[in-house]
Amino acid sequence: MSWVNTVLILGAAFLAVFWEAAFSGLRRLLGAQLDLLPPLMVYAGLCAGLPTITLLAVWGGLCLDSLSASPLGISIAPLFVAGLAVYSSRELVLRDQTLAQVVLGLAAGAGVPLLTLLLLLTTGHKPLLGWGTLWQLAVTSAGSALITPLCFILFDWLRRSLEHAPAPESSFRADREIHRGTGVT
Amino acid sequence: MLKRSSYIIVCLVALLTLIVLNLPSHAGARVKAGLGSLFLPLLGLAGSAQHLAGATLDRVVPRRELLRQNEALRRENQELRFENMEARTLARENAQLRQLLGWQARQPLKIKLAGVVLRDPSNWWRSIQIDLGSRDGMSTNLAVLSPQGALVGRISSVGLTRSQVLLLGDPNCRVAALVENESRETGVIGASGPTGSRFVEIGFLSKSADLKPGQLVRTSGLGGIFPKDILIGQVVDTQPIEYGFGAVARVKLAANLNALEEVWVVVQQ
Repeated sequence: MSWVNTVLILGAAFLAVFWEAAFSGLRRLLGAQLDLLPPLMVYAGLCAGLPTITLLAVWGGLCLDSLSASPLGISIAPLFVAGLAVYSSRELVLRDQTLAQVVLGLAAGAGVPLLTLLLLLTTGHKPLLGWGTLWQLAVTSAGSALITPLCFILFDWLRRSLEHAPAPESSFRADREIHRGTGVT
Repeated sequence: MLKRSSYIIVCLVALLTLIVLNLPSHAGARVKAGLGSLFLPLLGLAGSAQHLAGATLDRVVPRRELLRQNEALRRENQELRFENMEARTLARENAQLRQLLGWQARQPLKIKLAGVVLRDPSNWWRSIQIDLGSRDGMSTNLAVLSPQGALVGRISSVGLTRSQVLLLGDPNCRVAALVENESRETGVIGASGPTGSRFVEIGFLSKSADLKPGQLVRTSGLGGIFPKDILIGQVVDTQPIEYGFGAVARVKLAANLNALEEVWVVVQQ
C-alpha cells in the first residue's frame, strides 16, 4: 500500500529534523551538521510518487524552517526540485544499485543546500558564508551520499514488515494447459 | 516529459512557497511556533532518555569517586560563599560612594534560568531554542548570558513555551562593544565565519586602534539592547582592513557556544 510508504517517509522526515536540531555531536566533531532530508528525498524520488515527493518537500521544509532561523518556507523549493529531478529521471536510474544511490545522495546533499543558500541571498537575507561553507557543503554531501543507501535498506525492511507479502508466483500457464481429448491449446 | 498533473503540482508548490515566504512576520512567527510545538513530545522523550542515561551512569560510578567529587564541591561552595560575601561588601561600598558622588544607583540585573533544548539544524545560522516563552515573561531582544555571566546572544522570537536565541557570531546578532584598553575603543561585534564558533570579529575600529591580544571586550551599552559591561571575550589579533580605513580584530568568546546547556535571560535591567 503506497500510503504506508508515504506515512513512513513523512514520519522519518519529522524524526530526521528533530535529530538534526537535538543532537549536535557530529557538528562539534566535523564543524557541520548533516542534513537527512536530501537522502530521504532521493529515496522518495526513486520509490514513491509525485504526491509523496510534494508532501515530503512541504512537510520536511516547514519542519526544518520552524526550528531554524531561516525564513519559513525557504527549504520547500530546493527539496522539491531535488525530488522532481530524481523522479523525472527515475526510469534511467538503476535504483537498486548502491552506486546509483550514493551518487544521487551526493548530488542531492550538495544541490539542496546550494539552492537554499541561493534563495536566501535572493530574498535579501544574509546567511553565514565564508570559505568554511565549502567544507560544510562537502560534509553534508558526503553524509548524504552515505545515508542514502541506508534509507533504502531501512525503508525496504519497513515495507516488508508492514505490507502484505507479494503472492508467490506459480508455474501454471493457461496457454500451456492440456485439455483432455483436445490436446495442447 | 512529465504528465500534465505533474506541472499542476509544480505550480501549486511554487505558489505555496511564494505565499509562505511572503507571510507577514507576525503570522510567519506564529506558524513557526505552532509547527515547533509539534516537537514538544520528542523533547520530553529526549530529556527522559538523557536523564535515564545519566542515572545509569551514576550507578556505576565508584563510591570513592563520588566522595571525592562531593569534597571538591563542598570546597568550591565555601569559596563561592566567601566571594559572595566580599561581593556584597563591595556592592554596599559602591552604593555608598555613588550616593556621595551623586551618581544614579546601579540596578542589579534580574535574570531567569533557561535550558537549551534545540540548536539550529542549518549550518548558516547560529541560534538555539530555550525552554522559556511568552508565558514565562520572555520578549524579543532580551540579552542572554552563559551560566558564568558572559554574553551569549539575544532573543529573536518568542513562542508560548519556547524562544529562539540568536547567538554571537550570527549575522543578525550585532553587539556594540568596548575594548578595555587605554583609549577604550568601541566597535561592533559581528560574524567571523561559518566554522569556528569560538571566534567573532569586532569591526568599525579606528585605524589607530591600539589593541593587544588578551585585552577584554565588554558590551558598551550603546543600542539599548545589551546591558553595559557584560563580558564578551578577549582580543586574539588585529588586522587593518582594505585601504587602511580602519581595523578589525578577532575576539575569542568567553562563552563556549557549543557546550551551552543552560543560560541566563536578562529579564530586567
